Amino acid sequence: MGPILAVEGLKAYYQMRYFGTLREVRAVDDITLEIQRDEIYGLAGESSSGKSTLIKTIARAIRPPLNVVDGAVRFDFAGQGPRDIYTLSAPELAATRWRHLSYIMQGSMNVLNPVRRIRHSFVDFAFRHMSLPMPAFLRRVEEHLGHLSLRPDVLESFPHELSGGMRQRVTIALATVCRPDFIIADEPTTALDVVVQKGVLEMIRRLQREMGSSVLFVTHDMAVHANLTDRLGIMYAGRLVEEAPTRALFRQPLHPYTAHLIRSLPRIGDDTPRHGLEGRPPNLASPPPGCRFHPRCPLAMEVCQQTTPVMQELAPGHRVACHAAAQGILP
Amino acid sequence: MTVPLLELRSVGKTYAGGGLFSRRRVAAVKQVSFTLAAETPEVFAIIGESGSGKSSLARMVLGMSTASEGQVLFRGQDLAASRGRSARLDFMRQVQPIFQNPFEAFNPLTRVDRYLYATARNLTGAKNQSEAEAAADQALQQVGLSLTELRGRFPHELSGGQLQRAAIARALIPGPSLLVADEPVSMIDASLRMTIVNLFRELRDRLQVSILYITHDLATAYTISDRIVIMRQGEVVESGDARAVLAHPQHPYSIQLKNSVLSVEGAWNDDDDALAHGTTRSTEGTRP
Repeated sequence: MGPILAVEGLKAYYQMRYFGTLREVRAVDDITLEIQRDEIYGLAGESSSGKSTLIKTIARAIRPPLNVVDGAVRFDFAGQGPRDIYTLSAPELAATRWRHLSYIMQGSMNVLNPVRRIRHSFVDFAFRHMSLPMPAFLRRVEEHLGHLSLRPDVLESFPHELSGGMRQRVTIALATVCRPDFIIADEPTTALDVVVQKGVLEMIRRLQREMGSSVLFVTHDMAVHANLTDRLGIMYAGRLVEEAPTRALFRQPLHPYTAHLIRSLPRIGDDTPRHGLEGRPPNLASPPPGCRFHPRCPLAMEVCQQTTPVMQELAPGHRVACHAAAQGILP
Repeated sequence: MTVPLLELRSVGKTYAGGGLFSRRRVAAVKQVSFTLAAETPEVFAIIGESGSGKSSLARMVLGMSTASEGQVLFRGQDLAASRGRSARLDFMRQVQPIFQNPFEAFNPLTRVDRYLYATARNLTGAKNQSEAEAAADQALQQVGLSLTELRGRFPHELSGGQLQRAAIARALIPGPSLLVADEPVSMIDASLRMTIVNLFRELRDRLQVSILYITHDLATAYTISDRIVIMRQGEVVESGDARAVLAHPQHPYSIQLKNSVLSVEGAWNDDDDALAHGTTRSTEGTRP
């Protein structure tokens, strides 16, 4: 079987018309990637790098002014063959969501309905996908909660009665109770403190292994990627700039931006000074010509200002879009 | 012995919760004591998980809420005893806050430079616009920005790093001796985070300002702080020299905290790490 998700040349722009002039924000610009079955694919990048827009586009959770301009998002759920999610009819999409494609959302504080008990959230989201009678469904939910070390009486609680870590586990339980083939996780641990974060990450890892699902895991925290993901893609200003197996990427980053992200991580017990990167991420409404990283890049050459680098596979499974790397210059 | 800059004497803070008939008392901060000396400026980190009372502590140090028990003394003066507008302004010249999310701290409809002028006029006695601009520009230079970059800009036109640096510049205008920074980098992008963190160290050396750095991020605390306290459920569980405490934590909670920090090396060097390797093996064994 092929990859579970193939994104080809995807372009998604925010298109706004002011008095007849079109203003475009190219938040996702020509992204091509594949996600295999049974793997955790990490996506890293800072805010305004387009990573949230990318996952929204992949999940077909977009509305104007965000439009897909070009490209395809093909999902191949078990035995169904690859299909572009944008060609599905509304009932097909509804049947796919949550059953095959689910979403662990950012900020568990805000995604659960504050005036409904957790049980109702489970019924709202998952009941119709499970084709079980209600008592059996609730038993199944309780069993699944037990799997995530949550007691069954959580179902009768309101979200505000639970701690941050418990709430995040509830959203994970919601997203995984139907045993979906593909899970998108958008910064699920960013709001949590370190002790809780580690527990939640272990849980995501364990569930993924047991269910054999694929996970697209988005966070800007490189330490989380190092500990969780199998492969890692780095986004900068709407483009994918580097992609490799996580371990290879950390051992030898080829793109200067990736190298900076890894080197600037402070570590306990290491006293060498760390530096931030000068400048700021570009405005996506008028990105710099050529390589979008060149105004901040320590290795910038003349060619970087004129030609946009293309993704090249420089080592097995290791793709990078950088003129310097293509000439063998390492960051 | 001179008067210390900031002294907390077994400070406690209790919030009343619950409904009209079921009053519950929640002790957010219990018996916290520490002292910052006036002569030697330092970066003093307060570390703890959410709900450990570190933000309640910051609010008390800033005089935004009063302690339920104990005393908060700034240069020997009890904050609870200070009254009136001029005493409050005097205090604000000495102690300035930096908030967590610069996008929320600034009104999106107000130009960022207005905040700097207002601070200059209210706290340094700048009489006209040109004096206020001079004070603002001088403070912005300290953080690596300039007034020409910021003039007339709205918050959404600046990056998070620039905006947080502008917030720090605003705090520096009256020439404070203490900055209270509550999670100043948790909303800042990874590529800019170290710029802000390093700035605190520079400010301590250059301007002789002490910084109360409140965070849950042990790694940045280790990188910049001189002393730390670790809080849990309102109580200080461990305190001392930052390097010594984080290199060899003694209290079980500090050890747990340190072990929970994900590191890049830890992901592959430590074969017992359940997150990286162990789970696959252990679950395979139990499958039917």
